[in-house]
Amino acid sequence: MADQTPLLEVRGLKTYFFTRRGTVKAVDGVSFSLAPGETLAVVGESGSGKSVTALSILRLVPEPAGRIVGGEVLLDGQDVLKLKRREMRRVRGSRISMVLQDPMTSLNPAFSVGDQVGEVVKLHQGVVGGELRRRVVDALSRLKIPSAEHRLADYPHQMSGGMRQRVCGAIALSCQPRLLIADEPTTSLDVTIQAQFLELLREIQERFHISVVFITHDFGIVAATAHKVAVMYAGKIVEIGTTEEIFDNPVHPYTEALLRCVPRSDRLEGRLVDIPGQPPDLANLAPGCSFAPRCPRAMDRCWEAYPPEVEISTGHVTNCWLAVKAP
Amino acid sequence: MSTVEAQRPVLVGHGLRKAWSLVRQLPPTSSILLSLVIIGAVFAEQLAPHHPTEGELRMRTRPAAWVEGGSTTHLLGTDDQGRDILSRIIYGTRISLAVSLTAVLLAGTIGTAIGLIAGYKGGFVDALLMRLADIGLSMPLILIAVVVTAVTGASFRNVILVIGSLLWPRFARQIRGETLSIKENDYIALARVAGRSGTYIVWRHIFPNVVPSLLVVSTLQVAYVILVEGSLSFLGVGVPPPHPAWGLMIAEGRQLVWTAPWVAGFPGIAMGLTLLAMNMFGDWLRDKLDPKLRQV
Repeated sequence: MADQTPLLEVRGLKTYFFTRRGTVKAVDGVSFSLAPGETLAVVGESGSGKSVTALSILRLVPEPAGRIVGGEVLLDGQDVLKLKRREMRRVRGSRISMVLQDPMTSLNPAFSVGDQVGEVVKLHQGVVGGELRRRVVDALSRLKIPSAEHRLADYPHQMSGGMRQRVCGAIALSCQPRLLIADEPTTSLDVTIQAQFLELLREIQERFHISVVFITHDFGIVAATAHKVAVMYAGKIVEIGTTEEIFDNPVHPYTEALLRCVPRSDRLEGRLVDIPGQPPDLANLAPGCSFAPRCPRAMDRCWEAYPPEVEISTGHVTNCWLAVKAP
Repeated sequence: MSTVEAQRPVLVGHGLRKAWSLVRQLPPTSSILLSLVIIGAVFAEQLAPHHPTEGELRMRTRPAAWVEGGSTTHLLGTDDQGRDILSRIIYGTRISLAVSLTAVLLAGTIGTAIGLIAGYKGGFVDALLMRLADIGLSMPLILIAVVVTAVTGASFRNVILVIGSLLWPRFARQIRGETLSIKENDYIALARVAGRSGTYIVWRHIFPNVVPSLLVVSTLQVAYVILVEGSLSFLGVGVPPPHPAWGLMIAEGRQLVWTAPWVAGFPGIAMGLTLLAMNMFGDWLRDKLDPKLRQV
């Protein structure tokens, strides 16, 4: 399924926030690659740097506090971090687009749905009039919005959450981007609508061969949608691999812990499992492994130095001292 | 053919009903008063029984028609130059509205633009523009008007310019606040993801969402400007005589307060009622446009 040349390649991406409390290393040396048509799920706790990674790919890190301080983001071999502002604007929306968590604030309440979809189509494809209308209806019907042509004049408040999220999807996909970044797109939808939306997304992804970076903390969604999984902790990817590898053979204790937290009906323990402790303060990280204070299997050297990358099998890489063979 | 004819009255009826239901929601007292003011300003020539600035000296300081010594030719009496007070009040609405609407339009345009830029850009630009607004707010309006008049002489244009250029910070602050909260919405981030420029986002995505509060601020500021213009005219640094500005009429009636109180009284009442109506209307508009209060 994976083609040879990656569509997106992120190398050593570093995004820091310079605050009064010190430098917050929100993303600290993240690398991964994504083939056309592939889905990468990025999982991790809140504040682990998932969303900042996504924003960095789009170069939309909130300035002036946040800045991308290092690394490369190659889209079709071209480093988007080196593009001029104008060129970057052309990349956004036409080659990369985004769906966000909350469909309630993702649409402008002051404009009709048709106008909002049309705006993007007009900007990137330069069509107007009847042709524009036709494409807007197309974009909306692609996300299975019933009788799309009659809903063009509707305002966001006249639609349900699921319907609004579909409109957001329609806007994101209207210009056939190569890469879609989905930042927890189903978190605020109820479960049945979630499944519908994911199914729809997968259908469109397959049809148009779109790559997706899917940010989530729901392992159920990961299993259903992703080809690859990257587990993030404290601004770093601690384990990355194919979905099967991560689920069947997790190496990093953090990955294990996350998987154990997933509520399951076949394990009747009565209590939900959690990971003890708090995520670390990204403004002053200790040397060693950031997960060491919460890790049940922490060893002395975990506190001393950050573990190197260890390849478990092809494409399955982790940063953990446990995986490092004793010399 | 028959279907078209059958549909048309329904559509007209629908439009009228819609208009009527809108009218019915208006607050009665303030709407009626404001309509009177606007009608007076527009149709002053037709409505005023006498000329506003030419008086008959034989008819000096006549009281209102219902008081002993008054006559029906001068319903609200005359001033010490024999000018009809009712006519002057009617023409005065024109001045009040012209000054307040132009000044508010001027201040509103500048203030909205500055508020949008400050709120959207943030950082240094925001700090700079808001300090400018603070400076503007700390300027004593009346003192500046006195100075400007002393230098350039009293004129209609100067009143508008002075008020307009000192009023914009009120708009800028409100609009900046709104912008700050609107720009946190995801659709702003998504517009940037879609490749839109900052200018476009401010104009198309933020501005339409601040229009409701812009309307409310404008209504309340119109009332404030009427009051300020009245004060300036009263002090002789506003609209120059012989224009029938309300503040000027009150000033002219000042010496006659004990002998002919109607000369200053009626313009005062006119101004008071207009301000009251304007403020009531502004309050109503604010409640109406606030979605939190709409449900109640």
